[in-house]
Amino acid sequence: MSAPILAAHAVTKSFGSTPALRDADLSVAAGEVLAIMGPSGSGKSTLLHCLAGILSPDTGEIIFDGHSLNTMSENERTLVRRDRFGFVFQFGQLVPELPVLENVMLPLLLGHTSRRMARAAATALLDRLDLSGLHRRRPGELSGGQAQRVAVARALVNQPKVVFADEPTGSLDSLAGENVMDLLLTAAREQDATVVLVTHDARVAACADREVLVRDGEVTDYATVAAVDPDGMGG
Amino acid sequence: MNVRILPKVLPQCAPSGYSRRVNVPTTLLGLLEPEPSHGYELKREYDSMFGGGRALPIGQVYGTLSRLERDGQIEIEGAAPGDGPERKRYVITPTGVARLEQWLGSPEQPEPHLQAVLFVKVVLALMSDRPVKAYLDAQRKAHLARMRELTALRKSDRLSKALLADYGLFHLDADLRWIELTSARLGQLKKEFVR
Repeated sequence: MSAPILAAHAVTKSFGSTPALRDADLSVAAGEVLAIMGPSGSGKSTLLHCLAGILSPDTGEIIFDGHSLNTMSENERTLVRRDRFGFVFQFGQLVPELPVLENVMLPLLLGHTSRRMARAAATALLDRLDLSGLHRRRPGELSGGQAQRVAVARALVNQPKVVFADEPTGSLDSLAGENVMDLLLTAAREQDATVVLVTHDARVAACADREVLVRDGEVTDYATVAAVDPDGMGG
Repeated sequence: MNVRILPKVLPQCAPSGYSRRVNVPTTLLGLLEPEPSHGYELKREYDSMFGGGRALPIGQVYGTLSRLERDGQIEIEGAAPGDGPERKRYVITPTGVARLEQWLGSPEQPEPHLQAVLFVKVVLALMSDRPVKAYLDAQRKAHLARMRELTALRKSDRLSKALLADYGLFHLDADLRWIELTSARLGQLKKEFVR
């Protein structure tokens, strides 16, 4: 396994008096597809948001590519999120006023890539994701599955190191969800991107290389779950 | 010492034919572990907790107890006058406890319709204050590993094979949901069985 591209060390995060993460440790290898599983309210999305630099941990540290996100300025973290990370959320979160092509070009335009180059990159990716006929459509004119594929294209267009996906198939039926997952993981692997995927769906998690479980803010890494110690304490 | 009670709700909860997959010898060991008992009493407990309307034949109970005794996993603590099998009082031995622990701690081969045997394991582990969550986590891991195999299979083969893999995936997914829900309700469940 390659060196970690992303790691959380003893991360704690609370919202008011409610603890969401307790001493969370996690390591993600470069090129790995990791599924973060857990019931609703377990802290799995909070963990993803901390890993992605969207939320700052109360204590502990997030390391991306050898650099601590905690010690970066807000501006530096924004640049990392924009240029090195890609995001897919449950409901696409496409800009409703912009056509598909411009939605996908957006991360590149925000990073000051020329319109011509952004258009070429977005077009190539839309073709790759079987969305070539939809460039001019607005998000409101797309099916749920098409909108999520556009969101995948937008997440990958800037060749990110890490793609964060929060319940990317949560709003889709089985077939559309499967299609989105196939495209997301295949395209991410083609780009050597790491994928961190939050899901409560075991069938989606089974597409990953590895799973961790978040329960009551604590992370269980399945790599460490093995034989049971019969002398352990009861449930 | 934990005291067992026989929850009246269980027979209604368990579907008919529920006991088909239950491992009877290890389940009897689990029922014997808290305190010595007679064959008929064990049958009554088994039927009430795990039978699901399908009583365990008394002949099977005595046959199983006899084999467990032969294998050194239980022994006769005492017998009332009359010498019939129903008069014998059985107690679990350290060998029996070791077998029970080994069974409880080993994830089942992930396959559809495991709930019955998983349910028995959860109840017995709760009654004996063993690490139920850890058992369920180990089972979860085994399930996820099997689901990953099936996911790989469905992508590399013909549609007919992919659909068969899907069948397994959906059922394993249902098992996992049950495991998750049970993990979240262990505290409540424990109150039904232990006081």
